[in-house]
Amino acid sequence: MISSAEFVLLSPEILMAAGALLLLMYGVFAGDRVSGTANLVGMIYCIIAAFLVWQMPDQRQYYLNGFLVHDSFASYVKVVVLLGSALALFMADAYARRHSIARPELAVLIMLAALGMMLMISAHDLLSLYMALELQALALYVLAAFQRDRLASSEAGLKYFVLGALSSGLMLYGMSLLYGSFGSTDYLVLASSLSQGGALPMPVLFGLVFVCAAMAFKVSAVPFHMWAPDVYQGAPTPVTAYFAAAPKVAAMAVFARLLLEPLMGAFNDWQQIIIFLSLASMILGGFAAITQTNIKRLMAYSSIAHVGYGLVGLAAGTAEGLQGLLVYLAIYFLNTLGTFAVILCLRHNGTAVENLSDLKGLSKTRPLLALALTINMFSLAGVPPLAGFFGKFYVFMAAAEAQLIWLALVGLLMSAVACYYYIRIVKLVYFDEPDHGTDAVSEIGLRAVIAISAGYMVLFCVAPQPIIGTALEAARGLLLR
Amino acid sequence: MPATLIFYLFATVLILAALMVISARNPVHAVLFLILCFFNAAGLFVLQGAEFLAMLLVIVYVGAVAVLFLFVVMMLDIDFKQLRQGFVRYLPLGALVGAVLLIEIGMMAVHWPTMAGAAAQTPAPAALGNAEAIGAVLYTKYWLPFQVAGLVLLVAMVGAICLTLRDRGQVVRQNVSVQMNRKRSDVIEIKKVPTGQGISDGGMA
Amino acid sequence: MLSDIAVQYLPILVFLAVALGVALAASGLSFVLAKQKPDPEKVSAYECGFEAFSDARRRFDVRFYLVAILFIIFDLEVAFLFPWSVSLFEGGVAAFWSVMIFLGVLTIGFIYEWKKGALEWE
Repeated sequence: MISSAEFVLLSPEILMAAGALLLLMYGVFAGDRVSGTANLVGMIYCIIAAFLVWQMPDQRQYYLNGFLVHDSFASYVKVVVLLGSALALFMADAYARRHSIARPELAVLIMLAALGMMLMISAHDLLSLYMALELQALALYVLAAFQRDRLASSEAGLKYFVLGALSSGLMLYGMSLLYGSFGSTDYLVLASSLSQGGALPMPVLFGLVFVCAAMAFKVSAVPFHMWAPDVYQGAPTPVTAYFAAAPKVAAMAVFARLLLEPLMGAFNDWQQIIIFLSLASMILGGFAAITQTNIKRLMAYSSIAHVGYGLVGLAAGTAEGLQGLLVYLAIYFLNTLGTFAVILCLRHNGTAVENLSDLKGLSKTRPLLALALTINMFSLAGVPPLAGFFGKFYVFMAAAEAQLIWLALVGLLMSAVACYYYIRIVKLVYFDEPDHGTDAVSEIGLRAVIAISAGYMVLFCVAPQPIIGTALEAARGLLLR
Repeated sequence: MPATLIFYLFATVLILAALMVISARNPVHAVLFLILCFFNAAGLFVLQGAEFLAMLLVIVYVGAVAVLFLFVVMMLDIDFKQLRQGFVRYLPLGALVGAVLLIEIGMMAVHWPTMAGAAAQTPAPAALGNAEAIGAVLYTKYWLPFQVAGLVLLVAMVGAICLTLRDRGQVVRQNVSVQMNRKRSDVIEIKKVPTGQGISDGGMA
Repeated sequence: MLSDIAVQYLPILVFLAVALGVALAASGLSFVLAKQKPDPEKVSAYECGFEAFSDARRRFDVRFYLVAILFIIFDLEVAFLFPWSVSLFEGGVAAFWSVMIFLGVLTIGFIYEWKKGALEWE
């Protein structure tokens, strides 16, 4: 069934699954009051799993009958996803307690979602990919509706579920067309059949389009983005932070693996799809964010735009492009978590506020919080010494090298447009008079996440090599075999 | 050509029933037509020799999913007339999407390829029955998707309980073991009442 | 040409056809043979019947839905076990333990349900 070598490769996943089951039992026997412990234990499990993934050897191995693959690409993205899950759990604790959703199931569901993401990053067969995708999606639907007594949260859960189910249907349709054409769901068979060259047969083309559409849903790229603003606004804020960090990174990685491995033979066909998705996401995300008044909604459009920038790297279809995408993801997940941690801190007389006008004069009441928010905003905008700049730099460079200079130029232009709303936030924070005070932050989790993200954004330029070098290795692990 | 005849019988009823699902005025009728669809699809599966899938379709979809659909239709107190108001307005868009899908399927049917280098679909071993053929690989070769399916079911369980189960405070539950373990001495106290004096404790007097 | 498996299902098809015929004949004949002269008094509820108080379709408690969805989950679990029951001795030890892990995961789910009180109806 499973050899010892396979067991070692699967050990992080087994650890997460066993941990989630243990936590579920602990939670149900000890009652809801242990939710804080459950979050802490879940966080520790994620960190241990990340460590296990990190110390694995780099060479590529197929295991479990070719259903999964281990390579440096998978390790890299899994570490990012697991750290994102751990930090999201760290942040969630205080919020959960304050909004009476402090239940141990939160940690269990986040762990199971992370497990699904790990499996889908490693998936090397359409069947295992689909199952893993459903595992993480189902856990995320429940998380979106977790604050069940708030109408907006239930609405977010339902919308996410209905549109997610639709995208799963598209995915299955595409997958069955690919299977029907090639007689196999294994990436290796798909890749070798497609590399024969020649014009793409009609069913394969439609299969490719459907799979791309479904993945565009999962990463919320325009024109399949319409769920994102409502879900981001309605879901409990720590869950929104989690959505913007871990699942987005995992889905982008899956998208990249699908296109660059089994479907690489159809590069000329999917490149135009990716370029369109990228352009549309950058433009719509950039302009629609300008009119938003709710911070969470604004972050949703911002994340749509960032997906567009990331897809620029994928459109290049080269190792450098993939490297750019990976650097982008590793910076973006912490950037967005840090921003949401600041949003979680915005409370006035004990109630959470999430409108842009509530940010007015934050620098006068909470100067440190204002500074952290400013750093994160400048980094999201891609202002030079901060980390966000490096992500954009590598992505656009790769696009330029791959004869997509005009795409890189549009990306630069839209970054400038995006600067407008990021800097408007900074203006609200520093140059407007406060309407009301903001409560002091006492939660260690929020403080830690804010400090980590702000520090990372500032200090990245001091030693960018570890991340950039690892990203290049990971990209080569996927592309050059 | 009995097989062709039976195929067209099932297929025609399936499509008509599917049409009724989306056009029936009464949502309960729509669900019942959906069940008819499932049955006909099961018939088509049997015709293809996929009896295990046919059985699953009847057990899972007809037996469970359709019942859940009925519950949901009944649970939601929706004014279905109001829901239908947009029908004509959205019809062109819906028809367009449907037409695009139909054209796609038509194009694929015409251009169905024989891919160079494609592996042949795994045929079921002739000597084995459907369920046996699946059982021979599901638990060993397809170990991973099988276990992930188990986890998906677990998430569904946790999610359903998490989102719908409420603690209904003041409900007195029957606790059988407490009832059974009650001793006569725990609940009844016998007092000898002296004539003409009565008892005064416990506020009973 | 019918496949071998489909041929074995022919009796069921015949049975369905006969059942359909009998059902149609029974309701059709009573429609044709009986005298039909309805008037408002005749079709109204008689002594033992009440006029309907309200629509039969009212809002159900969400608990019905919870029970139904838990039923579906276990229904699916069982569906995964059917192939096992016919291939138990061919799969060997690996298949056995594979199913045990699967059942273990769902048993933990079952314990969770039980302990949460989702199976109680007070």
